[in-house]
Amino acid sequence: MPPAPDADLVVPTPDGLYCRAGRFHVDPWRPVAHAIVTHAHSDHACRGCERYLTSSTGVFPLRERMLPGASIDGLPFGQSLTIGDTRVSLHPAGHILGSAQIRIEHRGQVCVISGDYKTPPRSAAPDRTCEPFEPVRCNVFITESTFGLPIYRWRPQSETFADINAWWRQNQLDGRTTFVFAYALGKAQRVLAGIDPAIGPIAVHGAIVGLNRAYADAGIALPPSPHAAAALAPDLRGRALIIAPPSAAGTPWIRKFVGPDGISTALVSGWMQVRGTRRRRAIDRGFILSDHSDWDGLLWAIRETGASRVGVTHGFIEPLVRWLRERERIDAFPVPTKYEGERVEESSPDEPAAEVDPAPDDSSPDPTEPA
Amino acid sequence: MLPFTRLFLDLDQSNRTSEKVAAIEQYFRHASPADAAHALYFLSGNRFKRVLKTKVMVQTALLITKTPEWLLDECYEAVGDLSETVALLLPGGETPTDTPLHTIVDRWIRPLLHAEDAAASDQLALAWSKLGRDQRFVFNKLLRGNFRVGVNRRLVQRALAAVADIDPAVMAHRLSGKVEPTEAAYLRIMSGGTSEDDFSRPYPFCLANQLNDPPQSLGDIADWQIEYKWDGIRAQILRRAAPHPDGRVTTHLWSRGDELITDQFPELALAAASLPPGTVLDGEVLAWRHTSPGAPDGRALSFNALQTRLNRKNVQPSLFDADGIVFIAFDILEHEARDIRDQPLSARRLVLEQLHRRHLASAEVIKLAPILTPRSWPDAGALRTTARTDRNAEGLMLKHRQSAYHVGRGVIRARESASADNPSPPKSAGGWWKWKIDPFSVDAVLIYAQPGSGKRAGLFTDYTFGIWDGEALTPFAKAYSGLDNDEIKRVDALIRVNTTGRMGPVRVVRPALVFEIGFETIRASPRHRSGIAVRFPRILRWREDKKPADADTLDSVRALLARHTD
Repeated sequence: MPPAPDADLVVPTPDGLYCRAGRFHVDPWRPVAHAIVTHAHSDHACRGCERYLTSSTGVFPLRERMLPGASIDGLPFGQSLTIGDTRVSLHPAGHILGSAQIRIEHRGQVCVISGDYKTPPRSAAPDRTCEPFEPVRCNVFITESTFGLPIYRWRPQSETFADINAWWRQNQLDGRTTFVFAYALGKAQRVLAGIDPAIGPIAVHGAIVGLNRAYADAGIALPPSPHAAAALAPDLRGRALIIAPPSAAGTPWIRKFVGPDGISTALVSGWMQVRGTRRRRAIDRGFILSDHSDWDGLLWAIRETGASRVGVTHGFIEPLVRWLRERERIDAFPVPTKYEGERVEESSPDEPAAEVDPAPDDSSPDPTEPA
Repeated sequence: MLPFTRLFLDLDQSNRTSEKVAAIEQYFRHASPADAAHALYFLSGNRFKRVLKTKVMVQTALLITKTPEWLLDECYEAVGDLSETVALLLPGGETPTDTPLHTIVDRWIRPLLHAEDAAASDQLALAWSKLGRDQRFVFNKLLRGNFRVGVNRRLVQRALAAVADIDPAVMAHRLSGKVEPTEAAYLRIMSGGTSEDDFSRPYPFCLANQLNDPPQSLGDIADWQIEYKWDGIRAQILRRAAPHPDGRVTTHLWSRGDELITDQFPELALAAASLPPGTVLDGEVLAWRHTSPGAPDGRALSFNALQTRLNRKNVQPSLFDADGIVFIAFDILEHEARDIRDQPLSARRLVLEQLHRRHLASAEVIKLAPILTPRSWPDAGALRTTARTDRNAEGLMLKHRQSAYHVGRGVIRARESASADNPSPPKSAGGWWKWKIDPFSVDAVLIYAQPGSGKRAGLFTDYTFGIWDGEALTPFAKAYSGLDNDEIKRVDALIRVNTTGRMGPVRVVRPALVFEIGFETIRASPRHRSGIAVRFPRILRWREDKKPADADTLDSVRALLARHTD
């Protein structure tokens, strides 16, 4: 490991970002002693660390995904903790329930690591399934850049949900069961909270049931959405909207729910913004809905932090760095990541990506269902 | 333009044939004839001769969006389509326009395509400001001449046939040849009213399916007419009288791509003049080397020899002195002005032979396709194997003797196939099969990769392969297809980790991945760095079992070239 080039509070290492003053890693991708984890998606949380710290509302989903008996501590948003020579606090990132930005203070210097984040829309209803993003003033801001190109500009989520509702209604008229493929943690619950439950029955894949409970426990009201089990199939066929992780597509589990005229499938993701990405998936529809900031959101968030130095990671690193340097006159630099995710979506199978592909634990067909 | 954009989105979103046909039908039922004519023109894959320069579209977009050019390039790399990239970058677009499609084409698109750059840019900016987001994408595609949507001709035929309430085969005939984007042309198509140029329309071509199963699966070889599969231009010769009162008898030569190619092959038009009016022949245009000038025998040349002809407007006679052009006739679709496509092939063949004897016996340029008579499938297999070396053919055509001349690839009931004495015809009855020679193949190493476009945007799917020239790999062929989706993803991931350099969007890849590359023909080419050009290169297999050192060399490929030169 090369020595840290300067007095940076946080440096990239082969294991991920490391804070020497606090002797902990942030979102390491290999097992380490002390990990502070922004959220439980598999490209941010790895199994096998000795101890984890995450936000209080993020504990449950993280526990679901780490090894049994993992030592996980929760820290409420806004409270600070002394770790080594640093003060650490967590602040909402607006990505999914409990997703945190990590603020580290050491000798008057403040570094904030964004993790994945979603800024609130300017003039539309926010995502009510997670704590809204709060900008945190800092000297150094390390930002993600999953959708760091100006072709990514989100429309209000109400438009996407109107489209999903209309498609679901049409599927019912056609006698097709509606399948929405969405990432099990976060996106699935956001879809549930946004669709119109008056249209028909809603059910979810086994991988989503437990996560829904965590959301309910955190006080986020979701419409009734039972486990899509064989017993419910007669009621669901041709009428229901069923939410499942993308890996469930094409599995025998789907067949139980096929309507009189088949099924219609959709993927819900920011990547659906681009026609080519939509079309090369074997799906009927692609709906644009992301839990990441769009281009304008990234730039807004970066300005709000007031940071003079900005590290860019996870996504379209080079374009965002160049833009910040040339247009915003900010000292921007790339932060290497194992998830070279120029296209997060296309990571190799052992590197599941948060936005589209499910974590490995989602990838088996519903375990409670006989095949 | 609202309904047309809606139609585009519906077609783009759907994977179901029935839905696509329904969407097209829906559109044409409600569109005005002027709009419908344009929609049909675009859906049939036509485009305007002029296209908007890339430069004008890019510069206008940069100006409006205040985006630096490098950032637009990055966006383009992620999207893989300039029209879409620009549509995604443009601000606003919340309110689509309800200006009809034909007005947009006549008032916006055509003037723009004929304007000077500066004026075109102003008009473009104005148009974008009036269009909705999705409309801008469609508009850009039309301007750029690359509007494509996932429907084939047959779907359009089916939908229009339903709207006009006629048989799809009739509609297919009305739609063959060039369709002009005019209200009058559209009304003629829908009403079937005779037109000045109806007599010049070819029939929809009967296409063959690829034979993948052993030929024994086709049953008794005696039921099959076997011919060479020629490597030329599939075409129909039409010899018909113009409608009354003109009455003039003219010749038209149509390629399968619905291009009128009469002028490129004047010697064929000349020879066809001896055909009686009301005759339509199907066959293959080939470059031919006569054993001596004017000799009746000779040998087909490879497709490359034909290519020089296709792009010429005025063909000079000197071009066809030594090597000539011939038309190998293998079917007759119209005889004595009667459509005989639903007669069995065996009957049509008799008519064809008789016609040839009477009218073409002295015309060396229009030849009768020889019928091969192997006794057994293994004998046929032997003919296929040597088809290339013996005849410069691509393999064999197997046509059921009872087959009707069906439309496209569809299997259509021949009249006899369901008769009482033949209650269970083979599943292939009525079908035509192409039984091609295995392609040439070479093992080559992936050396460059570029993101694909369209469906493959953002994925590395455009590959360049190299073969060994001493210690170095020299580029040999580019290929875009042949891998399944899983393989594409794995190769994409491997390209990312093996990248050693970049040249614009192109990644230089460490030699690690070996592929078996198939191609149809091989020829010397001074324009290619390897000195060799191949036709239809594609990936046959990913040779994960081979190391880069096992790949072919320039010398071994040169040896292949030497064995297969005309």
